[in-house]
Amino acid sequence: MTKDYIIDIQHLSKSFGGVKVLDDIDFYVRRGEFITLLGPSGCGKTTLLRQIAGFIAPDEGRILLEGKDISGIPPHKRPLNTVFQRYALFPHLDVFDNVAFGLKLHKIPAKEIEMRVQKMLKMVSMTDYEDRSVDSLSGGQQQRVAIARALVNYPKVLLLDEPLAALDLKMRKDMQLELKEIHRKMGITFIYVTHDQEEALTLSDTIVVMNEGRIQQIGTPTDIYNEPVNSFVADFIGESTILNGTMICDRKVEFMGHEFECVDEGFGEGVPVDVVVRPEDVCISSSLEGAQFSGVVESCIFKGVHYEMFVDTDKGYELMVQDYDSFEPGSRVGLSIKPDDIQVMRKERTCNTLEATVEDRDHISMLGCSWECTVPEEFKQGDEVLAEVAFDKVDLLDNQEDGKLGGEVHFLLYKGDHYHLTILTDEGDHLWVDTDDIWDKGDLVGIDILPSDIKIKRKNG
Amino acid sequence: MKKLFAKCYIWLLLAMLYAPLLFIAVFSFTESRVLGSWTGFSPRLYQNLFTGNVSGGAALISAVENTLVIALIAAAFSTVLGTVAAIGIFNLKGRAKRTMQFLNNIPMINPDIITGVSLFLLFVFLRFSQGYVTVVLAHITFCTPYVVLSVMPKLSQMNPNIYEAALDLGATPAQALWKVLVPELRPGMISGFMMAFTMSLDDFAVTFFTRGTIGLDTLSTYIYADARKGGLTPELRPLMTLIFLLVLVLLIIVNLRGSRTKNAIE
Amino acid sequence: MVKRSNWSIPYLVFMMVFVVLPLLLIVLYAFQDGAGHFTFSNITHFFSDSDSLSTFAVSIEVAIENTLICILLGYPAAWILANRKYNRSAVTVVLFLMPMWINALMRTLATAELFNMLGVALGKGTLLFGMVYDFLPFMIYPIYTTLMKMDKSYAEAAEDLGAAPWTVFWKITVPLSLPGVMSGVLMVFMPTVSTFAISEFLTNNKIKLFGTIIQENINSSMWNYGAALAFIMLVIIGITTLFQGSERGEVEGGLI
Repeated sequence: MTKDYIIDIQHLSKSFGGVKVLDDIDFYVRRGEFITLLGPSGCGKTTLLRQIAGFIAPDEGRILLEGKDISGIPPHKRPLNTVFQRYALFPHLDVFDNVAFGLKLHKIPAKEIEMRVQKMLKMVSMTDYEDRSVDSLSGGQQQRVAIARALVNYPKVLLLDEPLAALDLKMRKDMQLELKEIHRKMGITFIYVTHDQEEALTLSDTIVVMNEGRIQQIGTPTDIYNEPVNSFVADFIGESTILNGTMICDRKVEFMGHEFECVDEGFGEGVPVDVVVRPEDVCISSSLEGAQFSGVVESCIFKGVHYEMFVDTDKGYELMVQDYDSFEPGSRVGLSIKPDDIQVMRKERTCNTLEATVEDRDHISMLGCSWECTVPEEFKQGDEVLAEVAFDKVDLLDNQEDGKLGGEVHFLLYKGDHYHLTILTDEGDHLWVDTDDIWDKGDLVGIDILPSDIKIKRKNG
Repeated sequence: MKKLFAKCYIWLLLAMLYAPLLFIAVFSFTESRVLGSWTGFSPRLYQNLFTGNVSGGAALISAVENTLVIALIAAAFSTVLGTVAAIGIFNLKGRAKRTMQFLNNIPMINPDIITGVSLFLLFVFLRFSQGYVTVVLAHITFCTPYVVLSVMPKLSQMNPNIYEAALDLGATPAQALWKVLVPELRPGMISGFMMAFTMSLDDFAVTFFTRGTIGLDTLSTYIYADARKGGLTPELRPLMTLIFLLVLVLLIIVNLRGSRTKNAIE
Repeated sequence: MVKRSNWSIPYLVFMMVFVVLPLLLIVLYAFQDGAGHFTFSNITHFFSDSDSLSTFAVSIEVAIENTLICILLGYPAAWILANRKYNRSAVTVVLFLMPMWINALMRTLATAELFNMLGVALGKGTLLFGMVYDFLPFMIYPIYTTLMKMDKSYAEAAEDLGAAPWTVFWKITVPLSLPGVMSGVLMVFMPTVSTFAISEFLTNNKIKLFGTIIQENINSSMWNYGAALAFIMLVIIGITTLFQGSERGEVEGGLI
């Protein structure tokens, strides 16, 4: 069964200086597949690619190539080749010698080298450039040479590390098509790393979405777009509005103050969920008749093919809507969403649950410092407990020094009527915060929690 | 107007800087034993210098030889040691990197006399008899930091993936080093070598303290001794003139090379 | 996956033997008497010997004067060289740097001989002139590099906000080029204090500088006192470098 897996990655983990960059990565790559590792910068995708190439050794786990463990093999003995982020062409060699570099090392006869290099340069449309110095080439041309240099060795797998990131938009679009064409012609397996979701959706057979060292979702572009498994994937891939909702019962969900029909089952009754609505899936019309809810158009911007509008709904939420028709700001509109356009996702968490230790009757230590709170009678000093803090009970302050501890806004999500922030504390812990205030990614904040907002619970098991 | 003023200022300063050198150069073309009295044009001193028919005799010639040989050996060693060190330091991180950079700076911050006296004490302490070897070791000590500093920028300009790209294409680490890393660092190594070579040629104080008592002379120590005896050997005039010219030509070549590569990048 | 950071080890060992250990030996010898016993007498001797103290004072005085003159003459020169309006030729810059690469001893001798021919009496004046002559390039060069590296948009932004050219110079260019001036000071001040042969030739050995007495002591086998004097100099260097921070290394890196 594993025969058509050309690469099988098993429980790979890697830490740098105590920080886990890759956490139990496990997936396989089919022969001939175009697979993309997609995620924001710092999600571990490049580290993963470099482990496959052999530049970094994994702490734990194995990488199998055609069923054989290659974890211990140095990069120059792996039958894989890489297209590097900024090409890494050798500046002291001309185009021909760059492409021929690998072949010469493998002692291929000169005639064959000549033939293969020419063929490959033709494939990337770089014939007649053999004698040019690589410094004299444009970004796009360097890119082509880098691809030729890797492919000329007929690698079993081609690894591409954000190869188009340095190109401008127009060039990037053209190269995407060419890459797809090269992949089709050569039939070689491509593992492609990018942070550009559109690029991933365009190119890939399979997408692996990563965040903070973990795989979030694996699937075809359509799967990932239409059925994101969590709010991170939903937010990262395409445009979407993510809202808090409650599953009333099977096929019935409540959000934005209204009840909607949906197609999801098996969540249970009265369970809090996240709901994803893609802006193009909201039907907007000027008549309120037959609409599920109504709203007032707040802004309307022409985006080339469609108009993008923000609508204030009747219950005070803000919803992004895309439509081919424009609606005047200020006008009242009717809105509805079809059941199968509502994507319901289980919430990863409903409040902050933090590990804490009881210090005395009214103090616990958590997140690396001591906090005042009421400790129930049943716990005594030194007990390991869990402290729960609701998302909206964490206060964020403008100055780091004003808070009990400092942190940084790591990730933010607009949820229709408030922001849901992920805060990375100075001690390296995560806190999730609901707030009406506007913060930006990377803002430094002070963190404080009122004693009455900390709830102590027994640790299970 | 402002421009004229600026130009005048620059040329006046240059005139001041070059007056003594020109003075020596002019009087290298006359035979007079005393500097400053012109006894008519004659290439005689140059002829003497090249035929070895010098009043100081073999001593001056051997001092010149010593200077060149020491500079060549010291520069070659420094280039190898400094390049390897630069690659190592470049790949260090945090505190270790800062410590190495600090250590590397010490010989450059220290005045020559401190370097000279400290090395003198080292050789005394180790009971190492002083002579050729100690001078060369001392020169390597103060030349290597300059090689490190001229290779370092090449390392940071280099695309960090180049070495890995070579490995990726099947080169062993040794092949990647020779076929990719060294060619990339070559300009830095060459200017490091040249800097080390000139630093060594120039040196007086360090040689003075580390040459011991076996009568080893480089050009500097020879000139020092000669001048203390009173009156320069006349043949030093053409020699100095030739050195000025050589250094000037070298510097211009290095600088033009530098600006040409810069233009190529732009 | 070879750890290339290990490549620094040979150099580390080399520096330990030829840089760190020798400096420690200066300290060791400075606090020993001829028989190898620990003593403060070398240091106390320096502070009680009026000759040593006055040499020290003269050295510091000459060094301060030399440094100031070099800044006054060198800053405008560096500024003109770095200004595209006034200078476009790399050769002019090379002409200013060239003397740095020629043996200071040779240049000093040439200067002294020139003074001799012109009939100028050797003394404090000729010493200062010779020092300025020797060290001016070392002041011009770091200032020039800082000015060249400086982002032109700072000056443009200041002009855009309404500053007159003179104000731009004083409020923007000068403060931003201070690191260059500091490196220049470091490259001029301590070397002036420590030269020995130069002052000998330029004053006919009438004025002694600190370097000269170190040399005399070492050469007459008074190693411990010589080491003590070198130690005092090291302390001063330590203090000046502390003020300086770390930005000097890179400036000197591009000497050619």
